[in-house]
Amino acid sequence: MNDTGAISEQERPLHVLNRLAFGPRPGDVERVRQIGPNRYIHEQLYPESEVPIPDSLRRQVEGYRTLHLSPLELFRQFQAPVMEVRRQDKGTTNEVLKNDLKDARVRQQIVMREAIEARVARAIEGPRQLQEVLTAFWFNHFNVFRGKGLDNIWTGSFEETAIRPHTMGKFRALLDATAKHPAMLFYLDNWQNTDPGSPGAKGRFEGINENYAREVMELHTLGVNGGYSQADVIALAHILTGWGIARENPNQMMRERMAEGFRGPMARFNRPFGRRNPNQVPPPSPNLFYFDPKRHDFSTKVFLGHTIPGAGISEGEHALDMLARHPSTARHLSFELARYFVTDNPPESLTGTMAARYLATDGDIRQVLALMFASPEFWDRRYYRAKFKSPYEYVISCARATAAPVRNYRPLYGTMQLLGQPLYGCLTPNGYSNTQEAWLNPDGMMMRLGFATALGNGNLPLERPPFEEAAGEEPGNGRAMKAKFAPSTRAHPGPHMTPPDPIALTQTLGAGALGANTAQAVESAPPQLRTALILGSPEFMTR
Amino acid sequence: MEPIDEKILGGESRCELCAKRAPDTMSRRAFLRRASILSAAGIVLISPHSWAGRAFASTGNHNRLVVVFLRGAVDGMNVIVPHGDPIYYESRPTIAVGRTGTPGGVLDLDGYFGMHPALVSVMPLWKERTLAFVHACGSPDPTRSHFDAQDFMESGTPGVKSTQDGWLNRTLAQLPGAHGPTEALSMGATMPRILSGKMPAANMPLGRGAARPMPLDRPFIEAAFDRLYTGKDPLSVAYRDGRVARQKLLAELQQDTTVADAGAPSPQGFAQDTDRLAHLMRRDSTIRVAFLALGGWDTHVSQGAAEGQLAGHLRPLAEGLASFKDSLGPTYQDTTILVISEFGRTMHENGNAGTDHGHGNVMWVMGGQVRGGKVYGRWPGLQPGELYQERDLAITTDFRDPIAVVLTQHMGLAEAQIDRVFPARPHPSGNADGIVKA
Repeated sequence: MNDTGAISEQERPLHVLNRLAFGPRPGDVERVRQIGPNRYIHEQLYPESEVPIPDSLRRQVEGYRTLHLSPLELFRQFQAPVMEVRRQDKGTTNEVLKNDLKDARVRQQIVMREAIEARVARAIEGPRQLQEVLTAFWFNHFNVFRGKGLDNIWTGSFEETAIRPHTMGKFRALLDATAKHPAMLFYLDNWQNTDPGSPGAKGRFEGINENYAREVMELHTLGVNGGYSQADVIALAHILTGWGIARENPNQMMRERMAEGFRGPMARFNRPFGRRNPNQVPPPSPNLFYFDPKRHDFSTKVFLGHTIPGAGISEGEHALDMLARHPSTARHLSFELARYFVTDNPPESLTGTMAARYLATDGDIRQVLALMFASPEFWDRRYYRAKFKSPYEYVISCARATAAPVRNYRPLYGTMQLLGQPLYGCLTPNGYSNTQEAWLNPDGMMMRLGFATALGNGNLPLERPPFEEAAGEEPGNGRAMKAKFAPSTRAHPGPHMTPPDPIALTQTLGAGALGANTAQAVESAPPQLRTALILGSPEFMTR
Repeated sequence: MEPIDEKILGGESRCELCAKRAPDTMSRRAFLRRASILSAAGIVLISPHSWAGRAFASTGNHNRLVVVFLRGAVDGMNVIVPHGDPIYYESRPTIAVGRTGTPGGVLDLDGYFGMHPALVSVMPLWKERTLAFVHACGSPDPTRSHFDAQDFMESGTPGVKSTQDGWLNRTLAQLPGAHGPTEALSMGATMPRILSGKMPAANMPLGRGAARPMPLDRPFIEAAFDRLYTGKDPLSVAYRDGRVARQKLLAELQQDTTVADAGAPSPQGFAQDTDRLAHLMRRDSTIRVAFLALGGWDTHVSQGAAEGQLAGHLRPLAEGLASFKDSLGPTYQDTTILVISEFGRTMHENGNAGTDHGHGNVMWVMGGQVRGGKVYGRWPGLQPGELYQERDLAITTDFRDPIAVVLTQHMGLAEAQIDRVFPARPHPSGNADGIVKA
């Protein structure tokens, strides 16, 4: 193979589908060949006008009820009941209450499950693939961890409202939405960040918490060598004091609820976290963001060399403006985007021009992407199939290429977990790496091939209907849900799925997608192994 | 959090290819036959980067390190009990472990500290002086979040959340010689934070399903995939290392099954895991570090005293560790085992006859080279003014101090290498010096 020059005409459709999408679905390569890769790129950059969403997928996503609830509603429906049971259970070991608590916890799992299924379904079937790629990319950039307390119920909302609408807009909007979402406020502890000398400083709000202030610079904007000091971290932490989470008093809310026989709307609201007087606080907004002036440091700060007089919430807005427009942010984001879309170690020639475009367009992500997709580096033969797929990309691309009609997502997200990349399960704020170094290891290779073999053999229970449908029941109490969410695969007789056809798969990938060695190995293998070999080939491990 | 179900693929695979179950035991001959299939395919197993190459890079130090993580914050005050201090009994009216000599009382260690009676199985190790404890030990970070504290204890960088890898993985990088896929082993379905990072590590599912054959173990499937990965490129190298590791572990496990079937009943639970790990370690000297985790320590409610919830978890822990020693046989001489937990629990029992998230805790150090029979550390005292934030046992020994001693004295790392395992570590307390022989 020739390693110099540009990617050949024949390879271009698969290349754009590997980079702007999670690989091809049947017919995609052929369609891109017909309309031309540039037209496909344009469509993907302007999905709202260019790419309709099929009704079936739209209905499916609308059906994930909890995905469309506000953080306030999520708290009321899924966390308040847990707290109420705990309150009643003080000091006793009442069996009924224990079961109630179990039910409430099981119900909470529905929220995460719906978020996962909505993400995976859209990644596999959604025609707005660049939107799906960028949703995963930006979520990872602004990572929150589902396992940390309330993020169990807020992570889906975070992605749906703070990430997804802003993936191709101005970066400042993305930064703003993530900064104010309770999932982030909770995950990086800023909800507790309090001026120790303020009237609101007490209990768990006793002092400065630098966590978000540090990570928003190191990870979200400037980058680790972005030219800020520890003094800037402290200054930003003080600027962001009082940026917190509003909350109604769950105990009072439940008592009202009981009194109303669960009929009435939640009429009265109570305190934000940490404050006791119900009369001074406005009702929480649906997104629960709340600026508490009583915990804010109103002194003058010096941040990144600029003097910011004490003014309240506008200080933080000003600081985020500065961060979003900073040349270090332009470089950092350009590097991350180029690392995902082009190569693990993108050349300065590319990231430099991207950063310039970022600064010239006031941080317009779409403009930066358009430049990158038109760059010679993007089409450079050296970077063809140069990206080793992450577990997420590998699993999604397998499901897309085989067009498996997925009704049961568990084997897919379970595989991501086994491969070390559980969805919404990255503990650390830096998110998952997107390099070969991070994901290529002997154990992972074995598990990928195990997955490829199971899928190739038609051996994953992907076509089984979701459990609640199978049982023909409304989601009622938690125990019933649990029973339905934890079926034994052996309890359901019948085929798992139709084994994908290797010939169709080869056509989906397009002519020339498999190298001579792989083609020969597939050719000489028993027919029932061929799909597994294609999915497990080095060509399909990379993009 | 509720983990998402992990039993996804593994043994649920029942395809026409696998309909004929692989035999339950795999003989040495079968293993060799597979190896020869690999060789026949022209695969060079012995390269400086492959697992097999390690055998030629002998380093002189074959010592091993095993870390057992008690997830959920074990109540160290009821593990190694300061029974010589009346404040202990005043603070815990219903959950204190009774005085020495009373029914269900503490097993005295040194007149001041005593061991929970459920730990009786490890008492012989204490007496033969291969078991030591470091009390008032832990992570200096003030967090009382399980999530953050476990993260810090596994990354080895308290207070720094953006550390990518775990300290056990960084330790691997510091070991001399070539590194292979079975140099580090985690017992569990997914790779824990402590072992994640650049260095390869294998994980071994727990329980009865661990030895269940995967489709890839079937020779004709394997042979087909072998043809895809014949080159010197990184993917091919990873593939071949993966095959070798898998075959090796599988062969060892199958042998275990045969041995167990022939003799004693298989141990259950944690003891089964330690037993399996011990057999793997005995036969495979390339396993240098291993990791196990054990949950169920978050005893907010009805913790119990001599009996009850905590005792019910301590007993299998002690039994598992004691049988680990036995199963390791002579390998115990080369092995150091650390038992750690993310933080301790409150000094005072709470309103639910339990304990809440605290600070200082006790670390266990066990092994053939350990200078045991001693509670190490500097005891900060239990007076209100001596407690951390007036509620928890204070920390006088950073958890990295005993680990650093073990890494230098036992695993042969130089001081400069410790800085790479634990960057920005505070000046060591010296409290755990000499806990293991050089």
